[in-house]
Amino acid sequence: MKTKVLDADGLRRTINRLSHEVVEKNKGVQDVVLVGIRTRGEFLAHRVAKKIAEIENINVQVGVLDITLYRDDLRGRLDQPELKSTEILFDIRGKIVVLIDDVLFTGRTIRSALNALMDLGRPSVIQLLVLVDRGHRELPIKADFVGKNVPTAREHEVQVALTEADEEDAVYLIENNEKEDGQ
Amino acid sequence: MKLQSRHLLGLEGMSKEDITLILDTAASFKEVLERPIKKVPPLQGKTIVNLFFESSTRTRISFELAERRLSADVVNFAASGSSVSKGETLKDTARNIEAMKIDMVVIRHSASGAPHFLTRVVKANVINAGDGAHEHPTQALLDMMTLREKHGSLEGLRICIVGDILHSRVALSNIFGLKTMGAEISVCGPATLIPRNIEELGVRVYHRLEDIIPHVDVLNVLRIQLERQKSGLFPSLREYHRYFGVTKEKVDRALKPITIMHPGPINRDVELSADLADGPHSVILEQVTNGEAIRMSVLYLLGTSN
Repeated sequence: MKTKVLDADGLRRTINRLSHEVVEKNKGVQDVVLVGIRTRGEFLAHRVAKKIAEIENINVQVGVLDITLYRDDLRGRLDQPELKSTEILFDIRGKIVVLIDDVLFTGRTIRSALNALMDLGRPSVIQLLVLVDRGHRELPIKADFVGKNVPTAREHEVQVALTEADEEDAVYLIENNEKEDGQ
Repeated sequence: MKLQSRHLLGLEGMSKEDITLILDTAASFKEVLERPIKKVPPLQGKTIVNLFFESSTRTRISFELAERRLSADVVNFAASGSSVSKGETLKDTARNIEAMKIDMVVIRHSASGAPHFLTRVVKANVINAGDGAHEHPTQALLDMMTLREKHGSLEGLRICIVGDILHSRVALSNIFGLKTMGAEISVCGPATLIPRNIEELGVRVYHRLEDIIPHVDVLNVLRIQLERQKSGLFPSLREYHRYFGVTKEKVDRALKPITIMHPGPINRDVELSADLADGPHSVILEQVTNGEAIRMSVLYLLGTSN
């Protein structure tokens, strides 16, 4: 069963609110930089940056993080994840880094991202912004800014569609009653 | 996405998809080399041995840096040409590798096929760092990466490999890889240093640089081993330089820029003139940087696949 939990308007308003929260919490965007986790975190980071520019009249810097090399499940997978580049063309030392991803689930992606960021320098603060928090954490990780909490069962799937890569802006909850294992 | 083989023995028979995967992954690793901390964790806990039965400085250093930057544990084994029969030594070494629980082996050996032999006796992933006059796949891959950066695509690119083709594993790997990627390859050198029947690999043969220079985009100039002169394959270095040395004067006649490559180390003003080696169309130092990225890519793709 596939349920739309956020439509295009809802998604736009959510990003607007999250952008305001980033500005509010940091009392402006002095020293704030945005780092999106490939692939959908990158798109979200650009949208947040655009909104912040409207609110504050300041263009915050946006970088893209590829966490492939830092994954804890790199070995033993049937298929190797494709390695792409990290593109953070500014110094993160002493900055407030807002790390952005689409879905927060086990927390393992964020753990990888934190290690990857630390290897690039020592930010003064790292904050986490996610569009959807679906629970089921396996590590002690918590987001600072959450677009929407979506209660899920472990085997459910949350799908984020963004027009940069997909046909529409939407968030879906897919409830697989019987676990279908593709591999 | 995954390489078809768990070893890198050569480019002969390697698919276009596999070569592209290695080149694309290497392009991503280049960014890691630009960072203040040039170290990433994917091979943590893996042990790699560099087995160099033939002397090498830059290839060994390049492999070792690549291994360390991927956080692997590295052991170096350098054996200069020993009097012990090579097959026997290699078999013994292989048994020791097995006993030491080593995950990956990088091997250079004067005997063609030594890395292939190793894959039959050890469980580790094997990477060929040059075997006899057979193949040197990472060199050809870094050449392809450099050319792809410089010219955008390898499809239809016209490359002439100049020099001692007969004894060159660099030439053979380049021919296999570049043909697969759709490039046009020719070779140029003295008749004594061109293997018979090389045309069967789909390359054209020239014996005069003047005949081929106007028709190429790239000259890949090979090192002339000074000891070949002693075996009478060419009369003197001066004569070699006059006929097959790549000089600015000869290249300028093409009336368009020609990319200059060399696998190093260069005999300046023998096979390649110093002004071209240091000139604006030389990509020789890019080749060195890309070598590290290519080796990281290959080690990563093989080392995380099982």
